[in-house]
Amino acid sequence: MSLAGAMDGTPDAILITPAAETPPAPVARPRRPVLQRLRQIALALIVPVGLLVIWDVAVRWTGTRLVPSPAGVALMMWDFAFGGIYDDAYSASLPIHFWKSVQRVYGGFFCAAALGIPLGLMIGRMPLLRSLLDPTLSLLRPIPVTAWLPLSMIFFGLGPRAAIFLVFLGAFFPILLNTIFGVKSVDVRLFEAAEMLGCSGAQQFRSVVLPAALPSIFNGLRLGASFAWILIVVGEMTGVPEGLGAVIMDGRTLSRTDLVITGMIIIGVTGYLSDRILLLLSNYFLRWSPQHHA
Amino acid sequence: MLEPTPSILEITGVQKVYQASNGPVEALRGVNLTVRKGEFVCLLGASGCGKSTLLRIVAGFEQATTGGVTMYGFPVDKPGPERGMVFQDYGLFPWLTVRDNIGFGPKHRRVAASEVCKITDRFMAMVGLTAFADRYPHQLSGGMKQRVAIARVLSNDTDVLLMDEPFGALDALTRSKLQEELVEIWRSTGLTVIFVTHSVEEAVLLADRVIVMSAGPGRIDCEIDVGLPRPRDVASSDFNALRRQITQKLTSHLGGGRSGATADS
Repeated sequence: MSLAGAMDGTPDAILITPAAETPPAPVARPRRPVLQRLRQIALALIVPVGLLVIWDVAVRWTGTRLVPSPAGVALMMWDFAFGGIYDDAYSASLPIHFWKSVQRVYGGFFCAAALGIPLGLMIGRMPLLRSLLDPTLSLLRPIPVTAWLPLSMIFFGLGPRAAIFLVFLGAFFPILLNTIFGVKSVDVRLFEAAEMLGCSGAQQFRSVVLPAALPSIFNGLRLGASFAWILIVVGEMTGVPEGLGAVIMDGRTLSRTDLVITGMIIIGVTGYLSDRILLLLSNYFLRWSPQHHA
Repeated sequence: MLEPTPSILEITGVQKVYQASNGPVEALRGVNLTVRKGEFVCLLGASGCGKSTLLRIVAGFEQATTGGVTMYGFPVDKPGPERGMVFQDYGLFPWLTVRDNIGFGPKHRRVAASEVCKITDRFMAMVGLTAFADRYPHQLSGGMKQRVAIARVLSNDTDVLLMDEPFGALDALTRSKLQEELVEIWRSTGLTVIFVTHSVEEAVLLADRVIVMSAGPGRIDCEIDVGLPRPRDVASSDFNALRRQITQKLTSHLGGGRSGATADS
């Protein structure tokens, strides 16, 4: 946004002598980017570190044995990742659980994107298709994904395919709805411009609709990806032996709260990192749009 | 412009009626106009006289309720590259660079990539934006954006340049610079231009022929041939006499006190 402001501020008077036209000044950078960055990191860490301290104090204070201390969880995490501490069924098993969950999350997510984006583009652009599908989709949308659990197990059996289906359902609607919204809010002027330049009909999908809706599509993808990570726990309730969600369910059954919290933290961190990757992609593909640089 | 030139556009008996919530509204009635090849025509009038609607019908964005438009004798029923439009709000594709905006038309008409590159280079140079080839629209000033919009239509090999108050959003200095450049482009390319404006001065400065329109319903009031030699001097007495004459024609139809504010600027 600061970019747009700086550029629009360039006085047009400069155009009187084209030879003297200079590129608009580059965006003013913060004076000490390194310090600024460190400050951001420090500010971001205050709350999590504070929570850890409160957690630790509370466990000591109450003397509870139901909730492990942060140190206990850290130990569990180490064992989960590298083994050598408890040497039980979960020692050094992080890679396999992690890999299984990542596959299911992205499997479901990519299916949702592969179906949601083209369908959204078409529903947004074709009134007939909208009238045909909109009511049905509006009915399906409010149904919680967890409610689909029994049916998905009947459809897909016990195993990873039911998990992928649930993740897909969770990611599908945010992607679809944001795509439709993006298409509907494309400036009519751009369609007129394309048409008078000789780009009409199906060509407009690729050359106008898709790029113009891209900011909304990326919003949908980010929302969808976070839902996908949320739903992996539910998805892996469907009786799969491996996966971060399955580990959390096992932890619950075995009253291993340290295992549950370890799974929660790993999902949280992975979900965060996956969102950062999407954000990087979004910033790259939307570099033309000053509003969408987050 | 005195020798007879073949006509390129014929507007015949155009009437446009919109269905508004409180009943039909007649935006245009009985509009007839012939535009000759290579001519610079200005449609001049206050807001609501239907000049933009008329231009949009010529562009093919809207259909006349009765009557119609023909170009080279063929009826106009949809937008096409032979009638390039320059909008007041630019209508550039924000995700394309200056170069790709200008190359949009040729590329979609399946011109070979190397040829597209040559064409864009040529028209970027014509509007003086070669140094900004890789900028995105949001990195350009209003005047630069409008130059891209003009180059984008020119590179698409248009025959008629339709301009809907193209310089209305620009400041006075940029506007006069672009007016000068437009006349230069028009003279060097032999394009036909239909230019919508509400500024009498702009119309007299640019046009071979000024079509004065009036509102309620929108219609052509009169046509005035601007015989002034080019380049035109806005400070000359001939220029101002003509400007005064046209302003009077405009205000005589507006009636009341609001005339001065809308008719001239």
